Amino acid sequence: MARLQPSWCNLFSNREPFEEPENVASVMTILSHLFPLGWKHYLEGGVTIGLGVTLLFALTGLVGGVSSTYSAVWSFFTSFPFFRQERFVATRLWRMAYAMGLILGAALFVMTLGHGHFEITAVPWWQLLVGGVIVGFGARMANGCTSGHGICGLASLQLPSLLAVLTFLATAILTAHAVHALGGF
Amino acid sequence: MAMPPSTDPGERVTSPVILACALLAGGLFGFGLTWSTMVRPEIVLGFLMLHDMGLLLVLGSAAGVSLLGFQLIPRLFSRPLFGRTFAEHPSVLNRRTIVGSAIFGIGWGLCGVCPGPAIAGLGAGNWPLVIVVLGILTGAWVEGRFFNQP
Repeated sequence: MARLQPSWCNLFSNREPFEEPENVASVMTILSHLFPLGWKHYLEGGVTIGLGVTLLFALTGLVGGVSSTYSAVWSFFTSFPFFRQERFVATRLWRMAYAMGLILGAALFVMTLGHGHFEITAVPWWQLLVGGVIVGFGARMANGCTSGHGICGLASLQLPSLLAVLTFLATAILTAHAVHALGGF
Repeated sequence: MAMPPSTDPGERVTSPVILACALLAGGLFGFGLTWSTMVRPEIVLGFLMLHDMGLLLVLGSAAGVSLLGFQLIPRLFSRPLFGRTFAEHPSVLNRRTIVGSAIFGIGWGLCGVCPGPAIAGLGAGNWPLVIVVLGILTGAWVEGRFFNQP
């Protein structure tokens, strides 16, 4: 009996059915199972992200995690002492420039290598909203997210960041499966 | 030679050169996030459902390149090109780091968007991600306002 699948599972429908390997499975077969949508763009994009973080560090000495940007934004609008700390006020301008770069760089990709093609997500708005609030709360409590702990923290060989990454990967995988099982996206 | 602009902790960064560097570096970051399709929640959720290991390859290659940069550059150069000192990512092993990360993961598993791609997604034309940006701003405010002492 066919299992009811949400539409995004079509993305992965070009997966070949898994076959018992008669001999040793070829590298290409393994790759196509791990990366049914191809692997090159992940590697190229990831290296580019790393070059961006490294460029910021080499030019300015700054460490470019993104989640602090959201707290720094509040330093413009609130007088509450937490948001008026120097670590937000002193860094808010370059963080705004960094965020503007994220937007412009993304737009540049769409216009060049992306050939004008872009996707609009079909994830329901309530999941985006509730998920976003929880992401913001947790990332600020942990003082870092996928870029702060995941990229910059690991690149700085920080053990707490490694534990942070393993923790959020675990809870994210569990949550995605739970949401999926309960009929969410 | 004139003293380079300071990016030291506690000193306000207002130098146009530093801001231009941040814009350029952020541009590469956003270009890479879009190239790797991480601005599409469907792809991130596809990883979290363990259909596609792409996110690990993106995170691994980004962290690998940054690891080389973060470890080699301070050994090769005494200071950054337009700054005085190399900063460090301030990780501390405490309850907040682990509990916060666990909470962050729950939100990430629900929406498939983390803070960087939420912003980059706007430039990539994935406009519903503005909902995530507003959500993260709200969550960051609640955390800072009620769960923190400065």
